[in-house]
Amino acid sequence: MIDRRRLLSLGASAGAALACGPFIRPSYAQAGALKVGLLLPYSGTYAPLGEAITRGLELYVQSQGGKLGGRSISFVKVDDESAPPKATELTTKLIQSEKADVLIGTVHSGVAMAMVKIAREDGIPTIVPNAGADIITRAMCAPNVFRTSFANGQIGRATGDAMIKAGLKKAVTVTWKYAAGEEMVSGFKKSFTAGKGEVVKDITIAFPDVEFQSALAEIASLKPDCVYAFFSGGGALKFIKDYAAANLGIPLWGPGFLTDGVEAAAGPAGDGIKTVLHYVSDLDNAENQAFVKSFEAAYKIPPDVFAVQGWDAGQLLDAGLKAVGGDVAKRKELNAAMAAASFASPRGPFRLSAAHNPVQNFYLRELKGGKSVNLGLASPAVADEAIGCKLS
Amino acid sequence: MSLILIQALNGLQTGLVIFLAASGLTLVFGILGVINLSHGSFYMLGAYLALSLTGMFGDVFLALIAGIPLAFLLGLAIEWLFIRHLYDRDHLQQVLLTFALILIFNEFQQVVWGSYPHSIPAPSYLANSVRLTEGLSYPVYRLALMAICVALAIAMALVIQKTRIGRLIRAAESNREMVEALGFDSRLIFRMVFATGVALAATAGMLAAPIESAYPGIGDRVLIVSFVVVVIGGIGSVRGAFIGSLLIGMADAFGKVFLPQFSSIIIYALMALVLVIRPAGLFGRA
Repeated sequence: MIDRRRLLSLGASAGAALACGPFIRPSYAQAGALKVGLLLPYSGTYAPLGEAITRGLELYVQSQGGKLGGRSISFVKVDDESAPPKATELTTKLIQSEKADVLIGTVHSGVAMAMVKIAREDGIPTIVPNAGADIITRAMCAPNVFRTSFANGQIGRATGDAMIKAGLKKAVTVTWKYAAGEEMVSGFKKSFTAGKGEVVKDITIAFPDVEFQSALAEIASLKPDCVYAFFSGGGALKFIKDYAAANLGIPLWGPGFLTDGVEAAAGPAGDGIKTVLHYVSDLDNAENQAFVKSFEAAYKIPPDVFAVQGWDAGQLLDAGLKAVGGDVAKRKELNAAMAAASFASPRGPFRLSAAHNPVQNFYLRELKGGKSVNLGLASPAVADEAIGCKLS
Repeated sequence: MSLILIQALNGLQTGLVIFLAASGLTLVFGILGVINLSHGSFYMLGAYLALSLTGMFGDVFLALIAGIPLAFLLGLAIEWLFIRHLYDRDHLQQVLLTFALILIFNEFQQVVWGSYPHSIPAPSYLANSVRLTEGLSYPVYRLALMAICVALAIAMALVIQKTRIGRLIRAAESNREMVEALGFDSRLIFRMVFATGVALAATAGMLAAPIESAYPGIGDRVLIVSFVVVVIGGIGSVRGAFIGSLLIGMADAFGKVFLPQFSSIIIYALMALVLVIRPAGLFGRA
């Protein structure tokens, strides 16, 4: 609905723009702050993850003097509540009424998929700082959608490789019956069976059930030489404790998310669990040491993998904006620059695959005394299989 | 063979904890006629109370001694503030109000304890495991938990069957008007029953905390399963809740092993089966 006043103001601004047209300099056109729309969970179970991502991102922007590519940055934060039904509405709100120039989000894969769907149609430059659904950088990949975290299957594959290297042959998998669990397990099975390992059984537990005794009894009767488990949050903590109490004597392995965030709470029950992830806080590289130091100075707690993914969302956006001199209207160039970006991340060298998912190192970690300790590189420069992605 | 033995133990233990929670729900439902959706929240609060109080006293059983009166007081307060206004209203309004309570308690939990999961240590003298079969141990705390639940169930049966209060409760459940006509203050009975229901749910949460840990949303499943148990056992019947809980526990444990693809719906299938045979539940009055 265009009323008279709107028409007048439009006319006036158009007239003004025409009048001073010849005098406009590029820098003047971008004088305003660049609006970054953050769609992240700020309430509910995933709130700590949303918080960590935001902190990492804000810390990076501060480290650059509050500007990326010469533009000052303003954030519009929207709580996605990890609720997929609300995702479409919230994404549209950020793009249309908030007029965000760039989108960054989110943690929950269901929300992220709905967000990416809209972003693909709209063309707004979008960075996914956590959600690991394989499809985001496989069948749903798009020129304007980038991920600074991981694909579930990518972590599963890296973990399977590490388990083969450790000489393991016969595995039982156990996870919740939901998309992330299935992707983490199917990635693992790909590399584990390719390495001549055998998966004797896949145990799935109804999500978000946390009664694991039946699964443990089954594992005991199957007698594998290792268990590959994926749970997260409260379920992971409980699984770790129940597993220890059952005294199975079978090595427990999993993607890093099995132990991340619950290391301290697990205590001695977690000792000896081996996991594989693209980050571990005691990584010995200059970028990580500086990052950990500044993060601890700013927030009084050590950073986690989510903070790193937020920090790198900042780095990636910076690389893109520098290439276009802060002019987000040049979407094509911006996307191309982000796709080609390569920089030092706290996790190690960072670049993107053709499908815009990180090509990154994976590290073998062991839980010791409530802390994840780096045992060294498990696999260098692992790319996710971009099955069904038409970008190249 | 050993798998069957262990699953029987698991089913028994699950069932006994569910019974504690569900018995409170069935009392409130049967006697007050109130559908209390926030029942699971009291289980959740119990788990977090165990977390805080164990931190203070260093032993979950000491936490229990402090926590049960606290939960009872909370029950009295909630009854006085909200529930008493619901006795003569329809179920829809009860559902709305108690659903609002869920949201309030969840927010409260987030503000006070945050969203990271926490584990609660079992008492050191029960923290070990016993070898059950070659290759599998069973935590001693789970065995102790079963013993405690059985003791509580017996105590409840004695109170309801043998004491004056129990007679009053049974009378109020079957005929509220008659109890009032005899000069008893039914409002007081109701308040006590509701607080007892809250205390039972919180006790279940506290006792289960060392094996369940405490995390957001821990009460959600308890609420749903408790309702299933109440429907199977018959509304208002504590004996029915006991049988129903054990049935659910066993069906769940064996379903996971023998029918894994149906494990998530097995308890609902059981409920449907019972309702077909006995529409009022096993011990409900038709």
